[in-house]
Amino acid sequence: MALLAAALILTTLPALWRLLHGPTTADRLLCVQMLGTASIALLLLMAEWQQQDHWRDVALVLALLGAVISAALVQLLRPARRDNVRRQEKSS
Amino acid sequence: MTVALEGLRIVLLAGGLFFFVTGSLGLLRFPDTYTRLHAVTKADNVGLGLLVAGLSLHSLEWQSTALMLLIWLFVMASGATSAQLLARYQREQDRQESASNGNR
Amino acid sequence: MEIAEAVLDTALIGLLLTMAWATLHTQRMSAAIALFAGFGMVLALIWARLRAPDLALAEAAIGAGLTSALLLRAASITREETIRIPTSRLWLRWLFVTAVFAWLAVHVLALSTLDGGHSLPELVTGQTPNSGVRHPVTAVLLNFRAWDTLLELLVLLLALLGFRQIARHNRHPYDADHHPAPWPLLKAWSRSLAPLLVVTGGYLLWRGSDDPGGAFQAGAVLAAALVLLRLSGQLPVFRWSRWTVRLAALTGPALFLSVAIGSAVMGEGWLNYPDNASTLLIVLIESAATVSIAVTLAFLVAGEEEDIAE
Repeated sequence: MALLAAALILTTLPALWRLLHGPTTADRLLCVQMLGTASIALLLLMAEWQQQDHWRDVALVLALLGAVISAALVQLLRPARRDNVRRQEKSS
Repeated sequence: MTVALEGLRIVLLAGGLFFFVTGSLGLLRFPDTYTRLHAVTKADNVGLGLLVAGLSLHSLEWQSTALMLLIWLFVMASGATSAQLLARYQREQDRQESASNGNR
Repeated sequence: MEIAEAVLDTALIGLLLTMAWATLHTQRMSAAIALFAGFGMVLALIWARLRAPDLALAEAAIGAGLTSALLLRAASITREETIRIPTSRLWLRWLFVTAVFAWLAVHVLALSTLDGGHSLPELVTGQTPNSGVRHPVTAVLLNFRAWDTLLELLVLLLALLGFRQIARHNRHPYDADHHPAPWPLLKAWSRSLAPLLVVTGGYLLWRGSDDPGGAFQAGAVLAAALVLLRLSGQLPVFRWSRWTVRLAALTGPALFLSVAIGSAVMGEGWLNYPDNASTLLIVLIESAATVSIAVTLAFLVAGEEEDIAE
């Protein structure tokens, strides 16, 4: 179990590289999504392994909030970008 | 019986891990954002499903299995939807970029 | 087995530290915010590993979820995509960090010698049956140290007031038409997501008296639902001038304060609940606080902007 959990954590390392290097914002949000899925998997694993039912609740909250993050951030990011473009158009 | 169950469990858990590894490899290696979206939102969800299956074989308690199934279903729905949302966002960005390049 | 656990812990700590370092050192705003969200998730995992489910829940709900939306909102006010990392007088900064770290280390190490014969966890678990709830963390938060929780609620209220001050003076000339209409997909998704969030929030609040959970976690989950509905244009603008917003934001602190004052005047002392009513009072305070926390956090993340263009 512990070995599996450790391996699971190690699979998130590529996501870290992507988070740093992008190149686009969508890629970064995608990495957050992937980290979320891996965290949920790890929490479910730990719930079984340590016989702690609470971790499943944490996983549920993480799943819900992960969905909210990607939806909300996409909508929040859209206007800011459009402004940048418009500003560039004005200045050019 | 129990040996078979144990074997099945190990196979399922290992399969889940395999799909997680595949997903993160795809995230690292695929050429553009759209393909990377596929890698994460599809492979990881299969991985989580196999993991859930393996873990429920272990506990055999219906409450925890039900909760895990619920989480898995939700993660699948959320993965599919946010893949769409992110792809649309990315397409919008690309279009704006090409539009502003065209203006110059 | 132990080696695998050590590998797991090392990987978690390494991931956390790398993310912290990367968050501070990346020069792109969006990267820093995404990294911070990931940092919150890893931190939630670490709390889970340390067997602190209450903290893991709070971190998953607030740290990973709402804070990143809040940061993005702030970033959209400054409208700068690159972060300038100051490099002057680096040694002074290092000196400061080292001094603070040493000071903290000394005090944390001193904590272990603090309990004179009584260990704190034993005291808490011994007194929990008298507190009106069965979960020791909730007992500490809402009975033994209720004063701290009251102050936390007031801090949230102060944050709201501060936000209103800044938002008033920071009105952008082109704020009006700048939200593009949300995609139908986002609308439909938030419509199906919001009820789930509300149910989960209620569940967390309800479990709070027996198991990990409680007002802050439930409030954060409800706030996420409000933010999502607001961003997808399905709730009207959160304006402070609306009486519903004011009422919801003030209920929790007001109820908590009146209980505190009431118990000080009529009962045995400041926030000393009468024995037979403590369960009722705690549940009431927690429910009111959940509503206030939800509305306050949602207001901070998505309040007071012009309408989304239809």
